[in-house]
Amino acid sequence: MNLQACLLLSSGLFCVGLYGLLTRRNAIGILLSIEVMANAANLNFVAFSRYSGAGYGQVFALFVLALTVAEVAVGLALVMALFRSHRDALVELASAFRH
Amino acid sequence: MAETILFYIFAIGVLFAGAQVVLRRNPVHGALSLVACFFFLAGTYVLLAAHLIAILQIMVYAGAVMVLFVFVIMLLNLKDEELGTPRRTIWKGIGLVSVVGATGAVAWRGLGSAYDSVLAHGAATQLTDMAKHTLPGAPFGSLKAVAHAVYLNSVLPFELTSLLLLVAVVGAVVVAKGKI
Amino acid sequence: MIFAASLAAAVVIVVLSATALALWYERKLAARMQTRIGPQFVGPIGLFQPVADLLKLVQKEEIVPMGADRVLFALAPPLTVIFALAAAAFVPLWPGVAVVRSDVGVLLVIGFGGLAMVPVWMAGWASFNKYALLGAMRAVAQSISYGVPLVLAAMVPVILAGTMDLDGITQFQATHHWFGLWPIIPGLPAFILFLLAMLAESNRIPFDIPEAESELVAGVTTEYTGMQFGFVYLAEYVHTVVGAAIGSVMFLGGWDGPFAPGLHWLLLKTLCLFTFIYWIRWTLVRLRADQLMTLCWKWLVPAGLGLVFLSAAWNQTGWSR
Repeated sequence: MNLQACLLLSSGLFCVGLYGLLTRRNAIGILLSIEVMANAANLNFVAFSRYSGAGYGQVFALFVLALTVAEVAVGLALVMALFRSHRDALVELASAFRH
Repeated sequence: MAETILFYIFAIGVLFAGAQVVLRRNPVHGALSLVACFFFLAGTYVLLAAHLIAILQIMVYAGAVMVLFVFVIMLLNLKDEELGTPRRTIWKGIGLVSVVGATGAVAWRGLGSAYDSVLAHGAATQLTDMAKHTLPGAPFGSLKAVAHAVYLNSVLPFELTSLLLLVAVVGAVVVAKGKI
Repeated sequence: MIFAASLAAAVVIVVLSATALALWYERKLAARMQTRIGPQFVGPIGLFQPVADLLKLVQKEEIVPMGADRVLFALAPPLTVIFALAAAAFVPLWPGVAVVRSDVGVLLVIGFGGLAMVPVWMAGWASFNKYALLGAMRAVAQSISYGVPLVLAAMVPVILAGTMDLDGITQFQATHHWFGLWPIIPGLPAFILFLLAMLAESNRIPFDIPEAESELVAGVTTEYTGMQFGFVYLAEYVHTVVGAAIGSVMFLGGWDGPFAPGLHWLLLKTLCLFTFIYWIRWTLVRLRADQLMTLCWKWLVPAGLGLVFLSAAWNQTGWSR
């Protein structure tokens, strides 16, 4: 186990999340995929922090954690609003938010 | 040695559960797989000596984020027919190929020596800088070391994060409630 | 490594047998409160009643309801037991010894307690039964709400002792004072708050709306039979036993006591708290769902915030150092 293995894992996880983000039409599925991607990035912070010896990476990871929670809360609120106006949660309907 | 084996077990768990998050059509399965994925991810954090991040990850995702997802899924009451039939388009094939290609490219770079110089450089220069800030008697990744870094060296971002969470709460209530 | 593994095995055995004893003890206690005798035929004074119960459960046919999510339905009950047991690994048994010592022990214990809610929800959702699903949604809502006062109450001993290590907290109490008794103002109310929140987290009366028999049949366990039901049932008792142990570690000094400090004091205190919890269970009635949420968000959370502030203020006075 070394830095490269961690980076490989996180890039794999990021790509999995990206695939989900690009293929899902359901807004909840997209939010789940974004969570996966954010946490892949978080793994990079923690891994670099461990292998460069600087503890600040963990602080960044904490902030990313808070950030993703805020993002989920607002995202799910948007899903609720979308569902209330269209009885569905497909993202292409969200173009109606422009009006 | 035990660490390496554990790391690979966790890595397989993370990737498998992550794939479940993305591939399962049922959002309930997705949310549960997300918890499993982040549980394994917390395991890798423990191996990377980030105990605080690991347990916060579990608390936040199992305790809060999964519950949020579950409540919204239950409120929306999405049925399988509303989720649409699974479509196999050419774009999904292209997406899969590019995902595999991107991971392969990263692996080819990452498994090589791309970061050796970075690490050597970091060990030489940054560590001496950081040594000034770290506490004596607080080993790397311990609660004391992380708390020191958060509350003394990055207190402004910390406070701004609390502001961000407040804004998110207000925004979520306003958007979700519709009529105040 | 080998020591930790054997200690872990010992803790699992001790917790499970304590849970089996607790089943018998609770039935005896409840019977005495209702002027009955309770179990008395299996073994001396009915001591082997849990074994008989277990044999009965094992014999029963396991039924998976039509339309159920088979994988999640089968996976949920063992997971409830595993997560409930996992929290026991962080309890300091005697000075300096726990299966896992960690400097974020308090968070680990609370985190695994919160994680125990996930398989409960899995069970309820996978059952494909409206009573089970309603019970599961109530359990989730209750768990996430009462997690907040639980963390706030747990922060009081953390602030007073200046560490998140459970053994460190106990050591501080051994050299200074038990937090449930002194300082009386943040300490005792925090202890009561902790007990209330823990009762709600482990779905005990007066907070057992997830399995309210009169309205929800049996909540998440409605569709479970045989040993699968046994697992969910067992997990609730394990949760209560471990919760009582953690309460006694954080507020009553854990292994600390007069004469010889050690495991026996921890067990005695756990037994006292357990008795108290079951005394409440067989005395009080169940709250309504809305009363439960009102109590949590309008009373317990503000009270918890105030207690955290008071304990920080107490630390500033420097009287306990």
